[in-house]
Amino acid sequence: MQPAELSAVDLVAAIRQGDLTAVQCIEAFLDRVARLDGSINAFLKVDREGALATAAAIDARRKAGQPLGALAGLPVAVKDALCTRDLPTTCASKMLAGFRPPYDADTVARLRAADAVIVGKTNMDEFAMGGSNENSAFGPVKNPWDLSRAPGGSSGGSAACVAADMAPVAIGSDTGGSIRQPAGLCGITGLKPTYGRVSRRGLVAFASSLDQIGPMARSAADCALVLETIAGHDPLDSTSLAVDVPRYTELLEQPLTGLRIGRVRDHYAEGLDPEVGKGVDEAFAVFEAAGATIHEVELPHAKYGVPTYYLIAPCEASSNLARYDGAHYGHRCDTLRGGFDSPLVEMYCRSRGEGFGPEVKRRIMLGTYALSAGYYDAYYAKALTVRRLIRQDYLDAFERVDLIGGPVSATPAFKLGEKTGDPLAMYLVDLYTVATNLAGVGGISFPCGFTKGGLPVGFQLQGPALAEPLLLRAADRFQRLTDWHLRRPKQIA
Amino acid sequence: MTKPAATSEPYTTVIGLEVHVQLQTNTKLFCGCSTKFGAPPNTQVCPVCLGLPGSLPVMNREAFQLAMKAALALECRIAPFTKWDRKNYFYPDLPKGYQISQFDLPFSSDGWLEVVDPKGAFARKVGIIRVHLEEDAGKSMHDEAAGTADTRIDLNRAGTPLCEIVTQPDLRSPQEARAWLNELKLLLVYLGVSDCNMQEGSLRVDANVNLHIQRPDGSVAKTPIVEIKNMNSFRSVERALTYEAARQYDEWQATGAELGKIPKQTRGWDDPAGVTRAQRHKEESSDYRYFPDPDLVPVTVSEAQIATVKASMGEPPTVLRTTLAERWKISAYDADVLVNQGRELVAYFEDLATRVGEGKVASNWLQQDVLRTLNERGEAIEAFPIRPDALADLIGRVQRGDFDTSRGREIFAAVLASGRSVADVVASLGIAAVGDDELIALCKQLIAENPKIVADVQGGKEQAAAGLIGQAKKKNPNVNPAKVRQTCVDLIKAM
Repeated sequence: MQPAELSAVDLVAAIRQGDLTAVQCIEAFLDRVARLDGSINAFLKVDREGALATAAAIDARRKAGQPLGALAGLPVAVKDALCTRDLPTTCASKMLAGFRPPYDADTVARLRAADAVIVGKTNMDEFAMGGSNENSAFGPVKNPWDLSRAPGGSSGGSAACVAADMAPVAIGSDTGGSIRQPAGLCGITGLKPTYGRVSRRGLVAFASSLDQIGPMARSAADCALVLETIAGHDPLDSTSLAVDVPRYTELLEQPLTGLRIGRVRDHYAEGLDPEVGKGVDEAFAVFEAAGATIHEVELPHAKYGVPTYYLIAPCEASSNLARYDGAHYGHRCDTLRGGFDSPLVEMYCRSRGEGFGPEVKRRIMLGTYALSAGYYDAYYAKALTVRRLIRQDYLDAFERVDLIGGPVSATPAFKLGEKTGDPLAMYLVDLYTVATNLAGVGGISFPCGFTKGGLPVGFQLQGPALAEPLLLRAADRFQRLTDWHLRRPKQIA
Repeated sequence: MTKPAATSEPYTTVIGLEVHVQLQTNTKLFCGCSTKFGAPPNTQVCPVCLGLPGSLPVMNREAFQLAMKAALALECRIAPFTKWDRKNYFYPDLPKGYQISQFDLPFSSDGWLEVVDPKGAFARKVGIIRVHLEEDAGKSMHDEAAGTADTRIDLNRAGTPLCEIVTQPDLRSPQEARAWLNELKLLLVYLGVSDCNMQEGSLRVDANVNLHIQRPDGSVAKTPIVEIKNMNSFRSVERALTYEAARQYDEWQATGAELGKIPKQTRGWDDPAGVTRAQRHKEESSDYRYFPDPDLVPVTVSEAQIATVKASMGEPPTVLRTTLAERWKISAYDADVLVNQGRELVAYFEDLATRVGEGKVASNWLQQDVLRTLNERGEAIEAFPIRPDALADLIGRVQRGDFDTSRGREIFAAVLASGRSVADVVASLGIAAVGDDELIALCKQLIAENPKIVADVQGGKEQAAAGLIGQAKKKNPNVNPAKVRQTCVDLIKAM
């Protein structure tokens, strides 16, 4: 048996039944990491020893007949934006190089409590700002389907490590598409839950009102398994929803008969790659064949999603990232040289100047500007108004349909370096995903075909608040009827 | 009634105050760390108040309730919906790079607190613009003495709940400002909202001041508003405002600078030097880029919650002054003095008055003897060794005529010094009640020995009997002078 070929659901079952030990399982994945990650760069830190020790302890407990958690022995890679007590947490930034938080993120704590095995921390765009993973201070991640291309971002490391079978499951975070877009570009399944469904505690904040943690895996069923563990109310996150967690894995069986899926005409506007358009159309046809009906819906304000997002997110980020000031932790510049208003000002300016990369600086400046006296109403306050309109669009649309379908991104994976000189072009990679975050609802992305060049094409479903059971059920049904999600990149086999 | 301040200056001083009060909660505003003062640096901290990556705030309900109590006692309107905002600025003792505060929707606004001078010099109802809740920053300690110019940061205070109280510019003299602050402090201490200890930083005051100067032609010149900081006692507030008013008048006379023509200035009070000094302009021109904190949810307050807090408030000082005066038949002045000493002293007084049965007597002993002793010793009433039962025992003996008040005072001092009971001290001093027969025998002896005084009394000069008292005390120090005098007069008249 090749553990790396099994789904997360099957791995957990095999370990539970004793067909596979947790150590055998983690060793199989660690071997692939050792073999492949030199060319992919999906991991910032691989915790080989810690993972093996955890797996051995799980095996010992199983042998002794002790109860095991729901994910016992399942290797999980965690985006480096989530705090881990015993591992560095850097957000792929020089600013936090070597930083070790004294606590686990709520999600990490829940994974550990369920006896999952943390493989390591995955690469990402610095502070989750980017859509290609090229903004990492520790080098870009390569797309396993074509090493000359970007995996998408910001959770590019998480997407690539699953696509390359270096972990069966990874945790990502999604502020404007950072789970769904890289999942789409890497041919895997990624779920951005409803805002508040998964606790943000311990997730290094980028834009607090938009950030949401979610699972990334090879299938919707595997995402359901992980979400069951990481979702739930956290009294220490004031924005966490106090709503019971459904048994997502047990709600996958129902057929899709009568399901109404909306299609947004604007999604087919200029810029959509024809091969992506074709894959998306074929996906709609699969859903129709499964008993769903397709309806045209309008999201009239969704076209303002990107500008709205690029005001709200940088505004919040400019404040969230103020704490990286060199005074308490993280990077501090070396001996002061003078030439600033005061030694304190020099310490701030140089520490932040040296610690942050160009995209992070760009967004801090954007946000600082937009929140400044005299500009607040024109930018931030206006963006909040548009955000309310976008949210209302979704509420209106979900009166008529159960889910909204469409592309995840306009193009398949683009070449590394292709957009790095043009920040605006890079911001448009979030075109189809940002509105979900602005509305606070959920979305799932999964492969629905391949281009002639062999690159995955992603399909996105968005649902109303707390519709995760339906999103997972629809994606799971699609995956029972297709095998796109089972394809593996040849280059790295 | 608002009376004009008694003033000899050719101008009116216009003062508004901004008061920061630390709430007496067990834990900080957004995390579970202790707020206790005086712990070793950085021992009362956690990821939240250290602002570590990924940490999130959760509002402390107890703090919100306490703040509501203060706002309600200040007659403020409580907003049914309030939110948290981030005030962004960089400073090493502000670990997140922003302070969680309230900007455009404070939880309460539009209140007032009146201060009445017990001697009638002024009565001033001061409007409260707003009361809002925010977290405190840490403390920076600049180690300049060492020559290294190192700054050390203590974050124990970071995240402690603060109430900011902003008044209308309704105060009209430095004396009024000080009296109003005393009244505010008294109220907040009574409510248990804050200990208002300025030395520990639980209460901080900034003042805005300018002058309205009457010109000979009847028009009014207004001087530019100055904000004064760094005042660390109410006395400093009064001194700083007095200094600043005079300084502004001099400057106006010299330059004619008026409000609106130059920007608002911030000046720091230099207490040892007794002057205010201009602070660097840079320190005042900040753009805090306020915006709603996305990590926290808005707070809604129901009428029922307001009613619950109101019901828990007890009698505020203003009400207590009236009820105390009526209940114990003491003067408004006496009630004011007692109430101003705080809730514990009022409790002591009411216990004592109940035992003694006479409010006025209890009040006199408390004010003349107990308060004087407390002041001398720098003690609070809670620590005063003579408890109400013991003091009532002593006062009862005076009331019964066992000995006079001045003798009572000696016993009071002896009880205080020795820690023994009143009965013990009375016995040890050889004080014994003088029986009627004994007293009459003594008076008869005195009459026999003093024919001149007897003749004077018989001649209608009753006050001459006072001359017998000194002799009586020599023969028996325990005699009650008033009784000796009365008995002698009665005996002489019966002769």
